[in-house]
Amino acid sequence: MGTMKLSLKAASPSKRRRQLSKNLVAYSFILPNLLGFAIFTLVPIAFSLGLSFMHWDGANEISWAGLDNFKALRDDDTFNIALKNTLWYVGGTVPLTMACSLGLAVLLNQPIRGRNFFRTVYFFPYVASLVAVAVVWNMLFFPSAGPVNELLRTLGVDNPPRWSASVDWAMPTVVMASVWRGMGYYMVIYLAALQGIPQILYESASIDGANAWQKFRHITVPLLTPATFFISIMLTISSFKVFDLILVMTNGGPGRATNVLVLHTYNTAFRQFKFGYSSSIAMVLFALVMIITVIQFYMEKRWVEYSQV
Amino acid sequence: MDTQLTQTSLSKSATRAASSAFRRGTITKVLTYVLLIALAALMLLPFIWMASASLKLDKDVFRFPIEWIPQDPQWENYRTIWTRIPFMTFVMNSLKLTVIITFLQVATSSFAAYAFAKLDFRGRDLLFLAYLGSIAIPWQVYMIPQFILMRELDLVDKHMSLILLQAFTAFGVFLLRQFFISVPNEILDAARIDGLSEYGIYFRIMLPLSKPALATLTIFSAVFVWNDFMGPLIYLHSESLKTIQLGLRMFIQQYSTDYALIMAASLVSLVPVVVLFLAFQRFFVEGIGTTGIKG
Repeated sequence: MGTMKLSLKAASPSKRRRQLSKNLVAYSFILPNLLGFAIFTLVPIAFSLGLSFMHWDGANEISWAGLDNFKALRDDDTFNIALKNTLWYVGGTVPLTMACSLGLAVLLNQPIRGRNFFRTVYFFPYVASLVAVAVVWNMLFFPSAGPVNELLRTLGVDNPPRWSASVDWAMPTVVMASVWRGMGYYMVIYLAALQGIPQILYESASIDGANAWQKFRHITVPLLTPATFFISIMLTISSFKVFDLILVMTNGGPGRATNVLVLHTYNTAFRQFKFGYSSSIAMVLFALVMIITVIQFYMEKRWVEYSQV
Repeated sequence: MDTQLTQTSLSKSATRAASSAFRRGTITKVLTYVLLIALAALMLLPFIWMASASLKLDKDVFRFPIEWIPQDPQWENYRTIWTRIPFMTFVMNSLKLTVIITFLQVATSSFAAYAFAKLDFRGRDLLFLAYLGSIAIPWQVYMIPQFILMRELDLVDKHMSLILLQAFTAFGVFLLRQFFISVPNEILDAARIDGLSEYGIYFRIMLPLSKPALATLTIFSAVFVWNDFMGPLIYLHSESLKTIQLGLRMFIQQYSTDYALIMAASLVSLVPVVVLFLAFQRFFVEGIGTTGIKG
């Protein structure tokens, strides 16, 4: 690399021209995608921050708001509830999905017949549309006559929960649906990582007299930490974005029991046309995701083991 | 005598230990399969219930105990849903968007990914960092400026808005770059010596070698567009433009007690994804496995 740079410096005009044409060829490859990406993603990202310091209803003059929008957030009940609910949802979904997907992956990583079949089945809910999933869950958990509560009643539970229709149970119901749908996807990532662990480690541990739990605890878990790290970040980001499932299952209700930040952003922007104010909610969402991601990266050194095996 | 006794008891306990270990092995095996099957049921039963309910009369949907195979299947439910709302229009709209966006995404992403993976040019690493960084930002954070931009371009309530927003994703570039990088440079250099241009190498060498990666992106993109709900919800307002997911939601809101019809409509909305998934699930699973970890 160093010699290349040197030779470039002393390059004759013809060589420089060759480098230029090389650059142009590369740019021509990137341009179709970059043009769309820059206009419709990068520019809006840059503008989203600015918009949160503005007053704008989308029709009248746009005006400078300073920190007004962020100050108003403090007194916005719905925002505070949505913030709390989002953290609740993330805090429930992320660890549960990770535990379930790891469990599924370990179960599937044994010498069993029909592994591909089971893998396909577990993965399937992830590709089903959230609207269809939300509808069928609502019907299964229908409080008065749904099959789940009928089953609970025959099992002797006299007052089964009213699930998504009850203030206390709505969020757990949504979390359950989301874990059920997502665990197959993360299972596949864990499974790929499990298959990368050399079998010989388990064999030599067996010779040393380790039992199944010890092997899991001291070989599997440490060697899976890179996958766990990756999954925890992906899952956290995607959990903060929750919208479809909640809109169709509960529409933020009952009352405001399942209102979340993205739903509140959507409502203030596209129903009340408070674009500036809505952007400030989006900024809070962005800040939360960033802070948690940075913390995760910071903690990475402490618990993720990148071994050389 | 003494030693003999201990020997027999030793060998006895050894066989006992061995047989109990064997028994424990079988028990674990049986338990594993029981667990595997129970979990498979947990994943599939909601869909089976959906299919079963879609063939019943509304009043029988919630009858308990569940009648899994309806005695008198109401096949006409599947005819009725197409007449209650313009379901066919929704399906065609979704199909159109899915095909156009997926094609554009695979074409432009693979083009850009080739440059990021295999060409040396000024500003490459910085540009790639911008692509990568944008993946970590939830799009809901910038959906409002996007909407305002689309309104300025007069594209709201047109399919073009969604096409432009979803065809040029960083995710596609990233996924394909990860794969392209693993193609050995020696092959490309040999082609360069033979006088092939970079475009020639991309079309004649890179693309044919990357079929699994291209298939992975195609499936991901198609499933995403078909299932997308929030994008169409924001941008498409005219009934003639709405997609299948919006149509399904509309159906639920308008006919909230026609349980059987709702289940039939939901099932129909799942069919294309199921077909695609079963046909290409190998790519799906491998794509996630490799690109996910090496990310």
